[in-house]
Amino acid sequence: MRPILMKGHERPLTFLKYNRDGDLLFSCAKDHTPTVWFADNGERLGTYRGHNGAVWTCDVSRDSTRLLTGSADQTVKLWNVQTGTQLYTFNFGSPARSVEFAIGDKLAVITTDPFMDLTSAIHVKRIAKDQTEQTEESLLVIKGPQGRINRAVWGPLNRTIISAGEDAVIRIWDSETGKLLRESDKESGHKKTITSLTKAADGSHFLSGSLDKSAKLWDTRTLTLIKTYGTERPVNAVAMSPLLDHVVLGGGQDASAVTTTDHRAGKFEAKFYDKILQEEIGGVKGHFGPINALAFNPDGKSFSSGGEDGYVRLHHFDPDYFNIKI
Amino acid sequence: MAIDKNEPSKLRWGELEEDDDLDFLLPPKEVVGPDENGIKKVIEYKFNDEGNKVKITTTTRVRKLAKARLSKRALERRNWEKFGDAVREDVGSRLTMVSTEEILLERPRAPGTKQEEMKVAGDSLAQLSKGGAVLMVCRTCGKKGDHWTSKCPYKDLAAPVETFVEKPAASEASVAAPGAGKGAYVPPSMRAGAERTTGSDMRRRNDENSVRVTNLSEDTREPDLHELFRPFGAVTRVYVAMDQKTGTSRGFGFVNFVNREDAQRAINKLNGYGYDNLILRVEWATPRTN
Repeated sequence: MRPILMKGHERPLTFLKYNRDGDLLFSCAKDHTPTVWFADNGERLGTYRGHNGAVWTCDVSRDSTRLLTGSADQTVKLWNVQTGTQLYTFNFGSPARSVEFAIGDKLAVITTDPFMDLTSAIHVKRIAKDQTEQTEESLLVIKGPQGRINRAVWGPLNRTIISAGEDAVIRIWDSETGKLLRESDKESGHKKTITSLTKAADGSHFLSGSLDKSAKLWDTRTLTLIKTYGTERPVNAVAMSPLLDHVVLGGGQDASAVTTTDHRAGKFEAKFYDKILQEEIGGVKGHFGPINALAFNPDGKSFSSGGEDGYVRLHHFDPDYFNIKI
Repeated sequence: MAIDKNEPSKLRWGELEEDDDLDFLLPPKEVVGPDENGIKKVIEYKFNDEGNKVKITTTTRVRKLAKARLSKRALERRNWEKFGDAVREDVGSRLTMVSTEEILLERPRAPGTKQEEMKVAGDSLAQLSKGGAVLMVCRTCGKKGDHWTSKCPYKDLAAPVETFVEKPAASEASVAAPGAGKGAYVPPSMRAGAERTTGSDMRRRNDENSVRVTNLSEDTREPDLHELFRPFGAVTRVYVAMDQKTGTSRGFGFVNFVNREDAQRAINKLNGYGYDNLILRVEWATPRTN
């Protein structure tokens, strides 16, 4: 396949997200300006100007009208996707690390980093349909995990919140009371910071990637460990194909061994694994730096990766990708 | 003296030739539309900084994108206006480019896997039987079915050792023995750290990593092949078959890599590559790849 290279960001990419229809791709980077691209040809549609710090995360509503972005400038902003105007700003005491709309887009879960005296926390905010009614207040604030919470997502039917972070433990919280329901087992769980988390299309299982060079597949309801995928490099980003049983891991440390004269430059790769057999089925090379973000198009026919090199690479699969057999 | 500032400085009406007095007009832009390969040429004429008329030919390949069946909403979004930093963007901006390299989903290679061995065995058997009525068996190597004993590439050894793993062990043993046995003197070729374990070992290992290149153009020589294959890895030997009478290439040659993986990558990338007006065919030099 011939990937489409999009160099809109001057700084490393942090997050990528497709909208529900799969025609728009939102990219966040450390350069303060989230960008939206057309997902078929990579043409840039627009940028959201307003943040004053690295943008760590974003999520788009199901109807693709609202965008939520979380940034290191201690704010989470709500934008109009089409025009790029800011609709609302949530202020926090510390950088926001992860945002996600709930099913129905009426709520959002936001995580904030530990900063000075503040511990890291998970906030649930109401998102009003009409911007004039939007308020700052949190429905629920959960504190407890030590260290940064890198990702928090909604569980099935918005009943639970799943969080993962620097303490390498995955926790499931009740979304109404804030009570801790389950924790991942320390023996079989990750050993180092969990950097990324992605849910399956039907929400029954999710994948976590960690700096301990592995990714693990868990059941959403019971938090039992189902599968483990091992790599040779720390995992920064994970993605699951909505169409086939494939799991993609991206990562890599900036190896000081890579010199500029290495003719194999561009060798940071996104590794594809068979979800069930846990075996590697291939790798897609091309990035000049570690891969920080991965996202699959909801139709499963393309995926994009964002790297430390500031490039977003959009890949449309060749027909023989769909016929891969181990 | 009023100087017309709109005309480029070099062109003064007095210096124009008689028949070129319309020189300051540029011919119109031509577009040679996408042909069956999708190649589109746009020929424009401009005046460059020195006032010379220049012809700029832009050749682009128009590719059909993956067919995306967009929903109604998605179609509406396609027509949205650009905003933010994208406002002043034109269609030709360099932000989004299609990669010039073809990137494949590279399957992991494990040379010792059962799968490959079975496939290889199947191939060799098939080849032996396909060889026609006569099965050529070489007494030296036994496993090869494509040459007679006198033509065996492994002439100089009693029997080739089966796997690479065994070879270093065998040669190490042979190095140790003379050292211990002869006592004072160990010949240079058998000393520890000798570069060549045995001459034929090196050669054979390289022959297993030998790549055959066919459909070379007449002018292709060894340095060209070396330059072409060097990016894939260390190349020990290049050879281009020459016609002694005319001095031109016979259209094929061989490249030996140090590493097998480099050879595999070279085959993947260069097979079908257009080089000097011909499409190269690049494959393993021996039919079977065990």
